[in-house]
Amino acid sequence: MIQVEHLHKSFGSVRAVAGVSFDVAKGEVVGLLGPNGAGKTTTMRIITGYLRADDGAVTVNGAAVGNGEKDVREFIGYLPEHAPLYTDLEVVEFLHYIARLRSVAKSEIKTRIHEMIDTCGLGNVVGRPVGKLSKGYRQRVGLAAAMIHHPPILVLDEPTSGLDPNQISEIRNLIREIGRERTVVLSTHILQEVEATCSRALIISSGSLVGHGTLDELAHHAQGDAIYTAVVRAGKGELQSALSSLGGLEMRNTFEEGDRTKLVLQGTDGHDRSEDIFNWVVANKWTLAELKRETASLEDVFKELTKENADARCRMQDAGKGTEGSL
Amino acid sequence: MNNIFIIAAREFKGYFLSPIAYVYLIAFLVVVNWVFFHGFFLIGQADLRPLFTIMPLVFLFFAPAVAMGRWAEERKTGTLELLFTLPVKDWQVVAAKFLAGLVLIAIAVLMALPAVITADLVGNLDWGPVVGGMAGTVLLGGAYLSISLMFSAFTENQIIAFILGIVGCFAMLVIGTPLVAGGSGGAWASFATYAGLGTHFQSIARGVIDTRDIVYYLSVIGFFLYLNLVAVRGKTK
Repeated sequence: MIQVEHLHKSFGSVRAVAGVSFDVAKGEVVGLLGPNGAGKTTTMRIITGYLRADDGAVTVNGAAVGNGEKDVREFIGYLPEHAPLYTDLEVVEFLHYIARLRSVAKSEIKTRIHEMIDTCGLGNVVGRPVGKLSKGYRQRVGLAAAMIHHPPILVLDEPTSGLDPNQISEIRNLIREIGRERTVVLSTHILQEVEATCSRALIISSGSLVGHGTLDELAHHAQGDAIYTAVVRAGKGELQSALSSLGGLEMRNTFEEGDRTKLVLQGTDGHDRSEDIFNWVVANKWTLAELKRETASLEDVFKELTKENADARCRMQDAGKGTEGSL
Repeated sequence: MNNIFIIAAREFKGYFLSPIAYVYLIAFLVVVNWVFFHGFFLIGQADLRPLFTIMPLVFLFFAPAVAMGRWAEERKTGTLELLFTLPVKDWQVVAAKFLAGLVLIAIAVLMALPAVITADLVGNLDWGPVVGGMAGTVLLGGAYLSISLMFSAFTENQIIAFILGIVGCFAMLVIGTPLVAGGSGGAWASFATYAGLGTHFQSIARGVIDTRDIVYYLSVIGFFLYLNLVAVRGKTK
C-alpha cells in the first residue's frame, strides 16, 4: 500500500532522513519507532505530501507522491504532531470544513460528522470551540478530521503525546479499532505504544532505519544476547579457569558472595545455554544455587540499535568537521 | 476552484469570529470619516477627492493589519501542515486568503458610503466618478493586500509581518513619486513612475477609470500573489 524507497531529506546541513526504505502492506498497523529527532516526522511529512524529498520516491496505493499530486492526498488521513486545528471554529464547524475540503459529498457530510463524533467519543464537546478543548479531546478531533473522508490509510504522528494515562489508553483502543479496517502508520518514541497497537515496528534513528520486523522478530533478534546469571558454590578463580569448556558464552562479570560466586554470562550465538551451564556446573562437581536467564526486551533492542547509530553518526560528523565549513 | 471559495469563506468568517475585523473596520471608519469631514464643511464643496486621497494612506496600515496574521498564524499553530496535506492545491489557498482579505477591504470601502451620502445630501454629487473611485480604491487595497500577504508568508511573527507590510506598501507607493523616481526622462524615471502605486491612483482619485490603470493594479496583485505562492512553497518544501 505504501512503498518508501531510498528517501533522503536534509535541512541545510542536517540530514533528517538518510536513505530510508520500507513497505507497508494493506491492513497493517506499523509503528515508526525512534528517539526524538530521528526523522519520523520528516518521513511522515514526505509521505503525506507536506514536504518534498530531496531524493527517493514514495508510492501510495500505486500513485506516486509528489508536489501538487492531490490524488494521493485523498487516500491519506493525516494527524500531524500536536494535532493542529483551527481553534476559532467549533468542533462540528471544523469537521464540516475539513469534510468539504476533502470533497465529501454534501449530502453525506452530516452523517459522517455524526459517525466521527461517535467513533471518536466527541459527544460531550460538540458545540465547543476547538480552542477550548483539552489536549485529549483535541487529539480526538484531529483524529476525526483525519478519518472523516474514510481514507484507506491513516498516518498519525505521535498520536498520544502529551496525554494522560487514561487518554492514552483511550486513543490506543481507538487506534486498534481503526487498525482493523485500515492501514495505519503511526510514529512514537514510546515502546509500549508499539507493543500495544502495532503488528510491526520500524526502528528509526538519526535518519536511518536500524531495525524492522514484527515485535516477535525484533525480540528474537535480541535473544543472541541473552544474559545468564548463575550463583555457584565455588571460588571465583576455579570458575574462571573452567570457563573455557563452556561454549557459546562470554563472561561478563563475577561477584564473590561468601562461599558462592555469582557469574554473569552472555550468550553469543542465539541458542539457549541454560542446560549447558547446568551440566557444566554438575561436571565440575559444584552446586548450582540459582540460574536465571533474561532475554533482551524491546527496550534493550531499541537502546542498542539507536545508540549504535547515534554513536556512528557522531563519529562521522566529527570526522567530517575538519573538511566541512562551520554550520 | 470550489476549494477557493470554501477556504475563502472560512477565512472571512475567521475575521469576524474574533474582535479583529470589528476593530479594524471601526478604526478605519473613524480615521477616514474624521479626516474627510474635518475639512469638508470648510471647503464647502461636494467633492470626494479628499476621501480618495486619504484612503490610500489609511489602507497603508489597514491592509497589512488585515494580512499580517493570515500566514503567520497558520505557520505558528501548525495548521499550515493540516491545510497542505489536504487535497487542495497551494495556489488555491493563496487565492482564497487574498479573496477573503479583499472582501474585507471592499466592505471597509463600502462603509465609507455614509460619508459619500452626506456629501450628496448637502451638495449635488456626481455619482459616476464616485462609484469608479470606490472600485479603484478596492483595487489599490487589493494591491496593498497582496504585498502584505506576501510578507506574512515570510514570517511566523505577526508584528514583523505587519511592519514589513507597511514598509513594502509604502515603498511601492513612493517609488513613483518624484523624489524617488527622479526627474523627467531616463529609463529608471519612467519605470519607477509607472511602478508606483500612487501614480495610477491619481486619475482614479479624480474619478477617471483608465483601463491601463486597472491592468496595472491587476498585474501588481498577480505579481505579489505569485511571490506569495513561492514563499509558501519554499517554506514548506
